[in-house]
Amino acid sequence: MTTRIFGSGIRRREDPRLITGRASYTDDIKLPGMLHAAILRSPYAHANITSIDASGAASQPGVVAVYTGADTDGVLNGMPCAWLIPGSDLKTPAHPAIAKDKVRYVGDAVAVVVAETRYQAEDALEHIAVDYEPLGVVVSPKAAAQDGAPQLHEDVPNNIAFTWAVAGGDADAAFADAAVTVSDTITLQRLIANPMEPRSALAQWNAPMGELTLWNTSQNPHIARFLTCVVTGVPEHKIRVIAPEVGGGFGSKIPYYPDEAITSFCAMKLGVPVKWTETRSENYQITTQGRDHIEEVEMAATSDGVITGLRTTVYAGMGGYLSTASPGIPTILHGLMYSGPYNIPNISGTIYGVFNNGCPVDAYRGAGRPEATNLLERLVDLVAAAVGQDPAEVRRKNLIPKFENGHDVATGITYDSGDYEAALDSALSAAGYESLRAEQAQARADGRCVGVGVSSYVEICGLGPSQVAGAVGFQGGLWESAIVRFHPTGKVHVMIGSSPHGQGEETTFAQIIASEVGVDVDDVDVIHGDTDNTPMGWGTYGSRTTAVSGAAVAVAVRKIKDKSRALAAHLLEAAPEDIEYEDGRFFVRGSPDQHKTIQDIALMANVAWNMPEGMEPGLEASAFYDPPNFTYPFGAHVAVVEVDPETGRIDLQRYVAVDDCGPQINPMIVEGQVHGGIVQGVGPALWEGAVYDDDGQLVTGSMLDYALPRADLLPELEVHSNTTPSPHHPLGVKGIGEAGTIASTPTVYNAVMDALRPLGVTRVDMPLTPEKVWRAINDARNGG
Amino acid sequence: MFPAQITYRRAGSVAEAVQLLSDNEGAKLLAGGHSLLPLMKLRLAAPATLVDIGRIEALKGVSASDGGITIGALTTHAEIAGSDLVQQHASVLAEAAALVGDPAVRNRGTIGGSVSHADPASDQPTVLTALGATFNVTGPGGDRSIAAADFATGLLENALEENEVLTSISVPSVPSGAGAAYVKFSHPASRYAVVGAAAILTVSGGTCSSASVVVGGVEATPARASSVEAALAGSDLSDSALDAAAAAVAGDLNGDPMSDVFASAEYRRAMASVYVRRALGAAASRAG
Repeated sequence: MTTRIFGSGIRRREDPRLITGRASYTDDIKLPGMLHAAILRSPYAHANITSIDASGAASQPGVVAVYTGADTDGVLNGMPCAWLIPGSDLKTPAHPAIAKDKVRYVGDAVAVVVAETRYQAEDALEHIAVDYEPLGVVVSPKAAAQDGAPQLHEDVPNNIAFTWAVAGGDADAAFADAAVTVSDTITLQRLIANPMEPRSALAQWNAPMGELTLWNTSQNPHIARFLTCVVTGVPEHKIRVIAPEVGGGFGSKIPYYPDEAITSFCAMKLGVPVKWTETRSENYQITTQGRDHIEEVEMAATSDGVITGLRTTVYAGMGGYLSTASPGIPTILHGLMYSGPYNIPNISGTIYGVFNNGCPVDAYRGAGRPEATNLLERLVDLVAAAVGQDPAEVRRKNLIPKFENGHDVATGITYDSGDYEAALDSALSAAGYESLRAEQAQARADGRCVGVGVSSYVEICGLGPSQVAGAVGFQGGLWESAIVRFHPTGKVHVMIGSSPHGQGEETTFAQIIASEVGVDVDDVDVIHGDTDNTPMGWGTYGSRTTAVSGAAVAVAVRKIKDKSRALAAHLLEAAPEDIEYEDGRFFVRGSPDQHKTIQDIALMANVAWNMPEGMEPGLEASAFYDPPNFTYPFGAHVAVVEVDPETGRIDLQRYVAVDDCGPQINPMIVEGQVHGGIVQGVGPALWEGAVYDDDGQLVTGSMLDYALPRADLLPELEVHSNTTPSPHHPLGVKGIGEAGTIASTPTVYNAVMDALRPLGVTRVDMPLTPEKVWRAINDARNGG
Repeated sequence: MFPAQITYRRAGSVAEAVQLLSDNEGAKLLAGGHSLLPLMKLRLAAPATLVDIGRIEALKGVSASDGGITIGALTTHAEIAGSDLVQQHASVLAEAAALVGDPAVRNRGTIGGSVSHADPASDQPTVLTALGATFNVTGPGGDRSIAAADFATGLLENALEENEVLTSISVPSVPSGAGAAYVKFSHPASRYAVVGAAAILTVSGGTCSSASVVVGGVEATPARASSVEAALAGSDLSDSALDAAAAAVAGDLNGDPMSDVFASAEYRRAMASVYVRRALGAAASRAG
């Protein structure tokens, strides 16, 4: 037993069951009498439905029921959007779970077949006759916002779902006075989240009790319960949502989807359990995608490279409908981060959320912040090139100086703590930056295209103060709660409202308990994912679980500690103020032999034979933690690439990361999060992108065409960290789940542009596929 | 991924496989399953009957034969990559096999299935064409042989007659003193060849006496680079000779070009010349 377990890189306790295939996911659950649903999906990106004849399917072998949108009238409410950003003229057009008159993306649900087996249900789909009248299609979010573009929703002119602005200082004046201005048009392409486990829903309707149980691949079962209530009309206390093992989400399992609603509808109609699990092809077509930005951006600076202003106009694709959280992603989580780690006194941004004929877009790892960091870091490199200075030095002169307790930026938010220059120094030092530049000079002399990329970043996470959530239109709170329960034998259950699905909190939260009261980590089980046996919480996303839910755990276990101290004092016949604690033992000051262990206390509290006057039995505490501010992790990354100018192929040779997420509960888990995050950000820089053709068909519809990062394409990642505690968090921790993704896209992009700059190439649209790079090199050589 | 209904039959011998194909209209052969099953899962292929030949031992393995080696159609890419016989007689085939897909694909996918699928982005058809291999088939009418160069007849189309089964591939030994190489531009997602170039250079007395150069991935079937071969014949294989020869590949690529979201036809053609040059360089360095 140790009380120094906080900060120890112990192995993840959830891993044995996960990596040996013995964990139980939604699709593993089989209930007696369970039927299977398959959903007919629109093959058109935009079309009127002129008729549906489902009668042919009903008579197929094994088919129990076939439903179309008309069957849901008066039963299912529309799919809700739950982030209603204020002051943006937000339009929330109807989004039926099953399309009735019109489809707006390939994959829009049109009908559902319920059969005895999934194979029979799939076979029967082929016997549903749907007549479509194809309509004009628009894919680009900027094109969709223009006059004359095909209109997806009648009541949304120019497809503009919202117009949101951020401003601080006087950006126009800054640009008018600027010695140097640089600009770019950045496409941050659509990305497919690709969790290993596809989405799934299993609904069971207990008619006599009026109770609905939904097993669901959700990052936030309590939100799923709330939205199930909204859509199905079943009272909230009659709904139980269980997120069993969830195999990754990356944001794509935050939303409440039509498929969950359809599956619940079928179960309620038929009175038997119904399961639906998406195929990987469906996952690509219908599970929310990320990004889809077209950004027209410019930066103003002095002739010495001091940044004076930033202006942006962003067209953010929403897809065919608004998903659960989509309006908040390119606005609150993006525009408010426009200052990055820099002093930028004058900022102005306009963000258009635009409907386009693709899969709905919602949160994807980093959600808005990678987009902000990417545009800032690309512009900073352009400023450095314009003023002829080293990009690392231009960053250094613009970084906000070290602060420990609050720094206001022009977008109106207050960073908690930061030491950005230290992170930059650490990254440059770890990379051997000066040597890299010398090697680069030699390589260039030898005719090789070697590039070094640098980025600094700060992100907003630990979402967040509920009052702020309300002020920015989030239709919920952002606090978390925890119950810590000591059983008579000293074993512990921790019930949390958040819902980890790979992040390792079954380990790190046990480490918090162990380090506070001295129990063994293995004596603590962390319970999550079931609305019937966990307290309310808003879920796992936005690098918030350790930052918010972990704080609730810490506050709750400290209440346990206080009660234990009081009970120990009573049992040891000492005054509470004379009780000291060390290594799981409460003892009378100066007499360590006179002590009670936490296990002694747990037993005595549970049997309650000898409690002090007025003290309740039991050893259990709960805490509701609403953070006073967001947390702001930060860091600096460096990448080295070599480009083959003959082919345009890019070899990522080194990647160095320095991240500062405050004190680390488990450095091994932090490192794992950074590894995955970096790779997920390198993907869009070099390989990944969901491509729709002009007809709105997903061209990259499988892993044959959609290029996920693969281990053999990456170097050994060099991961380091600094430690700047958050001033407002009970443990000082900040969150690390998204950092790598936020920093790595521009780091690698900047490295490639650094390699190509001598050839006259200054920009290429991402992903930097070989052909695009090859064409850019050829165009530059041809004077283009 | 839920394929349509199928009838599954397992063949115990080649003769039984031919009979099952003849008896079942629209039946398809199943070997390693790495080309057919993905199509079936997407319902892009829906054969009424699958004839599984995967357990016919006679179709497995590499053996020495007159003037070279014979490779059973069911031999996996991993077996070829690790075969001493292949290494001795046609190491370029092992080099290519090691570049197919990923370990799971190489452990399950078979050379017979790969060439029969006739995907121009596959590696082995390109190399086998360069090697001058022969495909041995058995059908209702008996046995016959098809030259590798004639086997793929179009995109995903082959020269097998109805109800014929590819049983083995005869590969002649690469002459001693010759240098051979296969270099590949892998698609980052699928690992298929965006461009694959195979070169076999025979050298005597410091000059190239014969060359066999084939490019895959660019056209619907592996393309023999006759102009490159002609330019190499009699040359000294100097860097400038290889440069000039590789540039000539543009004249050999006149068929329908492959093009997709990752690599356009124009880019593939340009890369053909780059990868032919790299294959020539590697082959020349191994010759002699």
